Amino acid sequence: MSSTLHMHGGIGESIKRKEDARFLRGQGHYLDDFVLPRMAHMAILRSPHAHARIKSVDTAAASAKPGVIAVVTGELMAQHKLAWMPTLSGDTQAVLATDKVRFQGQEVAAVIAETKYQAEDARDLIEVDYEILQAITSPQQAKESGSALIRDDKEGQKDNHIYHWESGDKAGTQAAFAKAHKVVRLNTFYPRCHPAPLETCGCIADVDGVTGKATIYMTSQAPHAIRTVFALVAGIPEQQIRIISPDIGGGFGNKVPVYPGYVVATAASLLLGRPVKWVEDRTENLISTGFARDYHMTGDLALDANGKMTALRVHLDSDNGAFFADAQPSKFKAGLFHIVTGSYDIPTAHVTADGYYTNKAPGGVAYRCSFRVTEASYLIERLVSNAAMEIGMDQAEIRTKNFIKPEQFPYTSATGWIYDSGDYPKAMDVALKQLGYDEMKKDVDARRKKGEVTGIGIASFTEVVGAGHGADFDILGLRMFDSAELRVHPTGKAILKLGVKSQGQGHETTFAQIVAEELGIPAQDVLVMEGDTDNTPYGLGTYASRSTPVAGAATAMVSRKLREKARKLAAHLLEAAEEDLEWERGKFFVKGSPEKSKTIQEAAFAAYTNLPEGMEPGLEGVHYYDPPNMTYPFGTYAVVVDVDKGTGQVKVKRMVAVDDCGVRINPMIVEGQIQGGLTEGYGIAFMELITFDAEGNCIGSNLMDYLIPGSMETPKFEIGQTVTPSPHHPLGAKGVGESATVGSPAAYVNAVIDALSPYGITNIDMPVTSDKVWAALRSKGVTE
Amino acid sequence: MKVSMRVNGAERSGDIEPRVLLVDFIRTNLSLTGTHIGCDTSSCGACTVLVDGDPVKSCTVLAVQAEGRAVKTIEGIAGTGALAPIQVGFHEEHGLQCGFCTPGMMLLGEELISRIPNPTDEQIRWAISGNICRCTGYMNIVKAVQHAAKLTTAASKAPAAAMAGGAE
Amino acid sequence: MFPAAFDYAAPATLVDALALLKQHGDDAKIMAGGQSLIPMLKLRFAQPGIVVDIGRLPGMAGIARHNGHLSIGALARHVDIERNADLPKLCPILVDTVHWISDPLVRNRGTLAGSVCHADPSGDWGSVMLALGASIVARSQAGERVITIEDFFKSPFTTALKPDEIVTEVRIPMPGGPSGGAYNKLERKVGDFATVAVAVHVELSGGKIAKAGIGLTAVGPTNIKALAAEKALVGHEPTEQVIAEAARLASEAAEPKDDIRGTAAYKKDIVRVYVQRGLRTALGRAREVKA
Repeated sequence: MSSTLHMHGGIGESIKRKEDARFLRGQGHYLDDFVLPRMAHMAILRSPHAHARIKSVDTAAASAKPGVIAVVTGELMAQHKLAWMPTLSGDTQAVLATDKVRFQGQEVAAVIAETKYQAEDARDLIEVDYEILQAITSPQQAKESGSALIRDDKEGQKDNHIYHWESGDKAGTQAAFAKAHKVVRLNTFYPRCHPAPLETCGCIADVDGVTGKATIYMTSQAPHAIRTVFALVAGIPEQQIRIISPDIGGGFGNKVPVYPGYVVATAASLLLGRPVKWVEDRTENLISTGFARDYHMTGDLALDANGKMTALRVHLDSDNGAFFADAQPSKFKAGLFHIVTGSYDIPTAHVTADGYYTNKAPGGVAYRCSFRVTEASYLIERLVSNAAMEIGMDQAEIRTKNFIKPEQFPYTSATGWIYDSGDYPKAMDVALKQLGYDEMKKDVDARRKKGEVTGIGIASFTEVVGAGHGADFDILGLRMFDSAELRVHPTGKAILKLGVKSQGQGHETTFAQIVAEELGIPAQDVLVMEGDTDNTPYGLGTYASRSTPVAGAATAMVSRKLREKARKLAAHLLEAAEEDLEWERGKFFVKGSPEKSKTIQEAAFAAYTNLPEGMEPGLEGVHYYDPPNMTYPFGTYAVVVDVDKGTGQVKVKRMVAVDDCGVRINPMIVEGQIQGGLTEGYGIAFMELITFDAEGNCIGSNLMDYLIPGSMETPKFEIGQTVTPSPHHPLGAKGVGESATVGSPAAYVNAVIDALSPYGITNIDMPVTSDKVWAALRSKGVTE
Repeated sequence: MKVSMRVNGAERSGDIEPRVLLVDFIRTNLSLTGTHIGCDTSSCGACTVLVDGDPVKSCTVLAVQAEGRAVKTIEGIAGTGALAPIQVGFHEEHGLQCGFCTPGMMLLGEELISRIPNPTDEQIRWAISGNICRCTGYMNIVKAVQHAAKLTTAASKAPAAAMAGGAE
Repeated sequence: MFPAAFDYAAPATLVDALALLKQHGDDAKIMAGGQSLIPMLKLRFAQPGIVVDIGRLPGMAGIARHNGHLSIGALARHVDIERNADLPKLCPILVDTVHWISDPLVRNRGTLAGSVCHADPSGDWGSVMLALGASIVARSQAGERVITIEDFFKSPFTTALKPDEIVTEVRIPMPGGPSGGAYNKLERKVGDFATVAVAVHVELSGGKIAKAGIGLTAVGPTNIKALAAEKALVGHEPTEQVIAEAARLASEAAEPKDDIRGTAAYKKDIVRVYVQRGLRTALGRAREVKA
């Protein structure tokens, strides 16, 4: 089928994807494609109000509708101690509301019926009597004394404040600001947006009445962790829970949390003795599942007289919604935000963060954010460009002047991160060359003289991925290692089972390539399995760009373990000493006598048929990899925009993206990830928004209002690369899934601000929509 | 009420309520799950099928409206046999990642090529402008369709060359 | 996400269709392409007792010139307008506009007439019909009625049609002399409803504007005919000053609201900008027309 079938498929080869076969034929097995015998369908009733007391719930009419099997309320769930569940951030979240509803779209009741049409018909007949309360729609409002208390269910919770978190050196930073030559401030809001994968979330819960085994098909990026949470929540013994994540139509962090629908469906299946399917519609997905961002940030950058950065101070207020439900490492309340010094050698920094409850859906860590690195990267890159404007320095120059230099790596940042490797000036160089930066600046100047509005924006991001070293990184106490289990069959083919779970990233290909490189078995001969918790080793899943850094490392390590055993087998077959054998990918040969060789396939066969005395048969192993450090992908992006003076519409004329993610396993797949991320970054910068009116009504809860870039909106990207391997990763690879979404929004917005800067405009918050640009220009008297 | 239509060349029928959407008829009654549902406001195109040769959103068509019509779904492109040019194009150019939008994109690409044998970047983007992809950023989808177009043109010329007894 | 239950009929003749409407009155909804109706059914904003599918009625899909007007059959789809070989010459503003209608998939099913009858103030065709001075031909058991477009739009999603009437044809008068039109639409992405859109159509005579039509989309309770702006153009030479004044008047005729797409002030200014741009384009095209 493929033009690359003949290739070995080792590291660096752009072999075509092995998983394509089923998708090309429409034979992918996504959650909603599964049909189980006697399967019933569930529809969830959701709150129309952002904040309200529940006075009564009347399910009589709903229960009487044709096809209805059961109607589940919060009260019923409470009887089974399932009305509340723990979140991945150590808080609790309502499964079905009992006392109050705390966000518009919150789950209130569920109907289980024979068909999904019948379930929805009946759902519309459930009557709920609400007493409306004040809706809190921002951290600002949440802080105000006298504001309604949202989490009155939590003992000891007296206000809407969730956490306070700090990082860095408060005193040292204060001192540096006191003597700064120049301080540049940026107040900016990174609005609420949503990963909105094309496939929505859902599950089929099938609790076997006889054996007690719960098999749950689930759109989950982290099936093992979810299994453990279910065991704790539902009281089902963990060996009796099997989570199966099938093909997933996009995740982007949306499919990490445990959603109430999963718990209700499981409880319903347990009670009814039938499989129960729940698939949310798009409105439910946007209004209730894990959103992203919603950070109010203020950054101050201190500079000396030469434009060198001397200190950074950042405060952020986080809007976490009604429950603190982020999937993030437990020690970090604001994720990895304190990477905010970015690519720059800033001697001292201080970050403070406060989280607040609001009457909105819970979440915040999602949408390719690398645990809040998107927010940090946006802030620093906007702040640096604004600083350049203020001190009259070129935006590339201020960056180059302040970059951490190649010889400074490994580099310890002012907030304690140890950056593994980087060559920031090189990526910048390649990007500017690709853009033709000097020529472009002249072109921009010439066009501005003719009255056109046009500009160039740059962003040089460093991000941090590969969570992570167990002592520092855990989710609900589960350390963030990951795993690979490799078994080679007698005929020299292999099966690789992983603790991570692809949602389109191409793991069936790239992980096979790691084995192909390290063990010499062609990628085509390595079957990769993920997602079934009964049949894969424990892992923490795929998000935050961690699969390659962690599970990829585990795969390399287990392959090497097997290679060492294969060496012994080859030595046995060749009747030579192990030390006398050389390895050339795929075969062992005697030093000096290359004709005396055994292939890896021959060694594998021998593992089952002809072993040295005392050796355990078989050729397999498992490795759980605890990374020693994070990895630090980086890059420079450059964007050119034209602005229509009359309408405020922005057109991206060029978008150059130079990424460095260390060693690239499959360059074709890496570039695909980058192109997708640059598109999401475009959407975030210009179009995507979830917002709320004063009553807490959610605006942006369907795809007519939540605008995702299509083929006509999306720019064409010019992709470049540099390669700076990670010194601690077995393959030198860093991970890349989120880099483009992390780094590009600032590049796009910087270009617009550059275009508007001649008129004295210094900031427009995202999404930079045409009406905002028009208003900014109008405020300076510019019009068509 | 009874409904019957020709789906991927075969007569298919069912007895359904008039309100059943064509996408649900295809997925549930006909068990053809390659056509997907991605939204609830006719905004995403994941449900794209061909009705009498025209790409439409099957979530915005009642099954009864397709009575007597010819419907083509992703399963109608090359079934289990050798891959059709559009499938080869998507595979070779990495035009898919999660695969959820892919059936719609491929049906659109194939239909476009049947009208415009050598489509430009702009023409392809215009043809798929009603279809959302969250993964690829569209560049490789465009390349995939262009790759398929070349293959389609070559295939249409090949029989003529063979008949002319041309040397290979 | 799925419609509530309804009855369904797909009459084979117009006579049958009219009988059904007479029988069911308000409880019936007519469906042609269904691209406006079905989304409403799915969200349960519309819950008719019966859907009358006129999609199989014969002889209603034509686009042709009859006497002094262009006849667009009720079942003529947007894509039929997009691909019609004669329209670029006969009525170029229709071709201009059709590219702004939703997306290619919707254009394969939806109809111009259906869109006009749906009377969404954010609907594009309504403004173009206002600018062209079109008429709507409606049939009932009582006979045929021709409604001028100025009398057609009453309030949001409400037209002058009676429950027992079906639109069979939209008629667009053919211009007497050199003419040109343009449709400018500000949309946040392909497929989005207009933030603001403006249809402009002018006929020239002896270097002056003989006729002018300006229709505004998404800035009022219905599509708006900018009468004062039109009046300010007729009989004048189209100087920059005349154009600017018409643009100003059209902007004043707009009654937009603040919403997620922008402030009322923004939308009013876009009306102004688009009337200017539209007029320049329309005039340029009119001047190119050979007599």
